[in-house]
Amino acid sequence: MNWISNYVRPRINSLFSRREMPENLWSKCDSCGTMLFHRELRDNLEVCTGCAHHMPIAPRRRFEALFDGGIFTEVKVPAPVSDPLHFRDQKKYPERLRAAQKETGEAEAMLVAEGEIGRTPVVAAAQDFRFMGGSMGMYVGNAIIAGAERAVALKRPFILFAAAGGARMQEGILSLMQMPRTTVAVEMLREAGLPYIVVLTHPTTGGVTASYAMLGDVQIAEPGALICFAGPRVIEQTIREKLPEGFQRAEYLLDHGMLDRVTDRRSLRDELITILRMLLRLPPAVKGDLPPPEPEPAAAAEAPSDAKA
Amino acid sequence: MITYLEFEKPLSEIEGKAAELRALAKSGEGVDLSKEAEALDRKAAEMLRELYKSLSPWQKCQVARHPNRPHCKDYIEALFTEFTPLAGDRNFADDQAVMGGLARFDDRPVIVIGHEKGHDTQTRIARNFGMARPEGYRKAIRLMDLAERFGLPVITLVDTPGAYPGKGAEERGQAEAIARSTQKCLQIGVPLVSAIIGEGGSGGAVALATADRVAMLEHSVYSVISPEGCASILWKDAEKMREAAEALRLTAQDLAKLGVIDRIVPEPLGGAQRDPAASIAAVGKALGEMLAELDGKTGAQLMKARRRRLLDLGAKGLAA
Repeated sequence: MNWISNYVRPRINSLFSRREMPENLWSKCDSCGTMLFHRELRDNLEVCTGCAHHMPIAPRRRFEALFDGGIFTEVKVPAPVSDPLHFRDQKKYPERLRAAQKETGEAEAMLVAEGEIGRTPVVAAAQDFRFMGGSMGMYVGNAIIAGAERAVALKRPFILFAAAGGARMQEGILSLMQMPRTTVAVEMLREAGLPYIVVLTHPTTGGVTASYAMLGDVQIAEPGALICFAGPRVIEQTIREKLPEGFQRAEYLLDHGMLDRVTDRRSLRDELITILRMLLRLPPAVKGDLPPPEPEPAAAAEAPSDAKA
Repeated sequence: MITYLEFEKPLSEIEGKAAELRALAKSGEGVDLSKEAEALDRKAAEMLRELYKSLSPWQKCQVARHPNRPHCKDYIEALFTEFTPLAGDRNFADDQAVMGGLARFDDRPVIVIGHEKGHDTQTRIARNFGMARPEGYRKAIRLMDLAERFGLPVITLVDTPGAYPGKGAEERGQAEAIARSTQKCLQIGVPLVSAIIGEGGSGGAVALATADRVAMLEHSVYSVISPEGCASILWKDAEKMREAAEALRLTAQDLAKLGVIDRIVPEPLGGAQRDPAASIAAVGKALGEMLAELDGKTGAQLMKARRRRLLDLGAKGLAA
């Protein structure tokens, strides 16, 4: 262990004369092991202040940091039929769903929202890896379609933050069918002439990579993200040899021509604004912290459950 | 020589005995054994009927993977004339796990594309057991583009364990190639019909099976993951593939209920491997009928309906 956990933490505990310190105030960097204070980590968008390792970020938190003034309106996603196959492995699928809902506080593995970034109106969707590995089932399919339809209706670009282990096995063939289904959403955007930007985050694998997550007009990845179709373990078992260092990581894909850019999460917002405004042939954005835009009355009326920063 | 599946073992014993008796009779021992042989034949036929009357999903997986099952090449040779293979992705290689080209189907020029598994050690290795690399999907994309340019219908024959999980395949963009192939299926304004003739393995199958009409042989399977893979992830035990096959709903019968496929093509008794010609003819009939259903539709109508079908898919689950 290091000196923070052995020395500083007990000291802080004694300072506040509390016998128990909530575990979640500190977290350890997955990569360098540095202990990070939660508020500092949060302000740094869950990027390690020591080694710049990118840790998972919840979609809601990502949107708070992405949209101007942290203000966005959720796009309603039509609820699919739940547990369509009556799937049961060691646990029943509805039980797994409920556990994930409790753990994340979210309804499902994707959040869709509309708002402005750098005064550029957009629709964005973010996949939640904490929710059953971000897996793509009917809900995620519906979310992407709802997001694309909303973008087309409002004539706005669509930004998608991907993070998933792949398709949701508990929905069997219907999860597989989300590959062509979400591709229909991509086609809607393409035909409407709207930019579709994909940000690949750690990890994006399987059927998700092999559908909407690889079909962006611009493909950006966060540093160190694992991006693949078949995972490294499956490949090692198949070819029976060790894979090279950094195999299937964002930088490796960039080297192999599979991505446009690898961008640090902390500069991603500015980069998205820059790219979008050029694709939309708008003048350059004014950089800096912008005050939140006036809330749109129409959008607010539609979705009263506005998320607040 | 028939290859017997694990669950067909009792059958193999009876059929083996019948063959032995016949051989004995032929060698002229003088005893008339034909009656006994016939009795065994009847028993075997009865057993075959019983076995195939209610195959479990896992047994269907085994039938779908049967080495003697007719493969893409057999279908193309029997159902098409003037087949002219077209090769290569124009970027890197020709992937033999995907075969395709120009051909005539009922005299009508078409583009045919399919996964080919191979039938002996040498061809299986050459075909990589039907597991395509990015070049295979990029060849398919190229052929679909050709079909679109010249207004030819596309027929796809799906039979793959899945896309190949290899180092080079990943480096050359396996995921992107599959995604683009699926996208191309949605972009062509010509009729696109598909038949799943064996294994419909995950994304590798979707890349070719995103069609206007999808038919599936009675004992073929189509799934998001292999039962073994699913068992090892969700049950943490690859031996639970029977349970996984059950839970995944990967049979033609379940997929028809879910609206993922449009028709089930009946197989000869004992599976396609027992009578390849009959199976091939049945698939040919289904392909012809599906193409006829699309006659007279414009490219825009076809594409719109193809998308609508996907958008509406699965709205009701198994209760549909």
